[in-house]
Amino acid sequence: MGKRVGIEVSLAVAEAVKMANVDCIAAYPITPQTHIVEHLSELVADGHLDAEFIPVESEHSAMSVCIGTQAVGARTFTSTSAQGLALMHELLFIASSMRFPIVMAVVNRALSAPLNIWNDHSDIMASRDCGWIQIFVDNGQQAYDQTICAFRIGEDRRVLLPVAINIDGFSLSHVVEAVEFLSQEEVNRFLPPYQPLYRMHPDQPVTMGAFAMPELYMETKKAHNVALCNSLPIIKEVWAEWQELTGRAYAPLEEYCLADAEIGILAAGSICEVVMEAVDRLRSQGKKVGLLKLRLWRPFPFPELRQMTLGLKKLVVIDRALSTGGPGGPVFSEIRSALYDQEKHPQVFGFIAGLGGRDVPPEQIMAAVDSVMHGVERKEEYYLLGVRERG
Amino acid sequence: MAKQMEEYAWEDLTVGCVIIEPGNAREYKTGDWRSQRPVVDKDQCIKCGVCWVFCPDAAIQKAADGYYVANLEYCKGCGICARECLTGCITMVEEEK
Amino acid sequence: MVDEKKEKKSAPKIKPTDTVRDLKYIKAKSWPEEEYFVSGHRACQGCAEALAVRFVLKALGPDIVIANATGCMEIVSSPLPTTSWAVPWIHVAFENAAAVASGLEAGLKALMRKGRLPQKEIKAIAMAGDGGTADIGIQALSGALERGHNMIYFCFDNEAYMNTGIQRSSSTPFGAMTTTSPPGKMSPGQMTWKKNMPEIAAAHGIPYVATACSSYPYDLYEKVKKAQAIKGPSYIHILSVCPTGWRIPSDQAIRYGRLAVETGFFPLYEVDRGKYRITIEFPKVRPIKDYLEGQGRFRHLTPELIAKIQERVEAEYAALKAKAGR
Repeated sequence: MGKRVGIEVSLAVAEAVKMANVDCIAAYPITPQTHIVEHLSELVADGHLDAEFIPVESEHSAMSVCIGTQAVGARTFTSTSAQGLALMHELLFIASSMRFPIVMAVVNRALSAPLNIWNDHSDIMASRDCGWIQIFVDNGQQAYDQTICAFRIGEDRRVLLPVAINIDGFSLSHVVEAVEFLSQEEVNRFLPPYQPLYRMHPDQPVTMGAFAMPELYMETKKAHNVALCNSLPIIKEVWAEWQELTGRAYAPLEEYCLADAEIGILAAGSICEVVMEAVDRLRSQGKKVGLLKLRLWRPFPFPELRQMTLGLKKLVVIDRALSTGGPGGPVFSEIRSALYDQEKHPQVFGFIAGLGGRDVPPEQIMAAVDSVMHGVERKEEYYLLGVRERG
Repeated sequence: MAKQMEEYAWEDLTVGCVIIEPGNAREYKTGDWRSQRPVVDKDQCIKCGVCWVFCPDAAIQKAADGYYVANLEYCKGCGICARECLTGCITMVEEEK
Repeated sequence: MVDEKKEKKSAPKIKPTDTVRDLKYIKAKSWPEEEYFVSGHRACQGCAEALAVRFVLKALGPDIVIANATGCMEIVSSPLPTTSWAVPWIHVAFENAAAVASGLEAGLKALMRKGRLPQKEIKAIAMAGDGGTADIGIQALSGALERGHNMIYFCFDNEAYMNTGIQRSSSTPFGAMTTTSPPGKMSPGQMTWKKNMPEIAAAHGIPYVATACSSYPYDLYEKVKKAQAIKGPSYIHILSVCPTGWRIPSDQAIRYGRLAVETGFFPLYEVDRGKYRITIEFPKVRPIKDYLEGQGRFRHLTPELIAKIQERVEAEYAALKAKAGR
């Protein structure tokens, strides 16, 4: 086992990338991702990491350069937030369809307008369909662990897909937490060098990115979708190996006090720590409440969700993003849809909290749960928690 | 050998749709496109190779005897070779229907 | 192609043409025979852009990796499941050929330095049209040139968004008809001057910039070889005559490329470590109308507009000559 240090979570992520011995980093600065790439630049400049650091002129070029480095077989990392993720949007679909296992730390921040540099999940939710593996972390240790696992998962020959690790901006990226580092030898054993299936090299000329006529395009999308869905067992395999190595367990959905719960609260990211506090307080009031932590967002964890919600009467979903004009927050909509056909499933309720970095105290979560418990009549499809209204 | 598009099941596709046979477009015969073909007067040909240089489709090949031959499988009948020929010994002739 | 004539003919004579045709511009015998852009591509009949790609690849040889932007060459060469490329090639999107090529270069550099790939001279190449270079691709190009990647950027300039149906780009010349700059009662076609991409590239202070045209194959060959030997970024701008978009007969792409050069409309020059040199010059520059005549896209031009073009072409050519110390 390596050492346990107090470290800003952004820097822990950068250290994980360093330990993964990436070959290339292409990134463009945007608050609150900057500390990750700044620290990586320092590591490269001081010779602690042998990598090409390409300071690109936009996020669109960042993802383009990453695709280029991957095409010749280099292990590649990037990071961005909000507007940067939105700017590279078209390339997210391209990177995953072309099966390049890029690892990206998405430091979640609100999408403009108005400009807002603080935390919510609108950036990643606007990209949910991009075909990447998408994982949420709620604390610094998980950010470190999942960054290393991401390379292992994405580069697996049975997967070959890019991986996005979602880290809440400021509320997680900028806090100092205790993180246990592995030794470099342990990481080397866990993460072998990247062996691409195809690479561009004159010895074996390949053509990548050919265009598809209608006669062929649907088959290509099916192939991609199957690959993403089939990555679920491999993700669990890698996490099981990580657990053996570190003692830390990960699952597509994790739980807290769920065993005898009647009401479940489902959330993703660092807000889960607030929800755990709310669960403790509600439990002390004698309410049978538990937390479901969404760790794996894509591929969607159908079996785990259906299994873990069987015993619940009601399920409160806390979204950190709004699907404007839609049927509810993105997570709420998908959870409800996934449970709809089940013979036995809880009633699902949608709440949207903490947009644009708005603080979410445990009381807010508790009030939402109480309203659901007491069958308060719902006048709207979903509620934005803590929004000030007249009257 | 590439198959026709409609013959591919999704399982037949390579990962990321990478094409691993370089230059397999040779299987697509663009010769069907043309409405006229180049005809050379060998007596006037000075084997300068200009026609071979300027063919956008690489559809002119050098024969063993040093003369240049149009590959009718690919020749699109654009007429550049006839126009650029230094001695004017190439004539574009209408293809019979 | 073999059609034996029965009677004995007179000895072969070089046929006269209305442009300067010289074997020294072609050097057919010194071209490598290997084809890296193979037959079977779906370019239009008489496409001088496909010809330019064929030339560029013959000059470069096989030790390259190409990042190609969306456009004519990308579409005609890569309909799944076939490819016309016999070298490593990737297409990603429209505006990022320079960025993807930067990644190819950086990836190879890192892997070779870290001992994961054997050392080998493999040049990163970016290819894009005028739209993918001067318009949507200019940011990625500027970034790549500024970062100094060891790569060659080729702009294949057919002076409009040809692949999507002949819409104007910032490289469309003054007065040209395109579907988004059509002449009408209120407008005489494209009303702005062609963006000077070679000068923009040169302004980045890169080691080598050149203009070229598929009508002058050997000049193109020499410039590509120079760029290949540079350790750093090069930019080569190739006028790619498009019979379909310019509305000229399919056999005249080479002729019009020569007219573009002989009238001073598209001078062939290079900027080698800051030093300007015009590589093909004619003692007398022809009037611009010789170039504009016969191109359907200029058919609507009035004598006044042609005079305006003549004036501008002369001024730009004089300025270029001054830079070249002539």
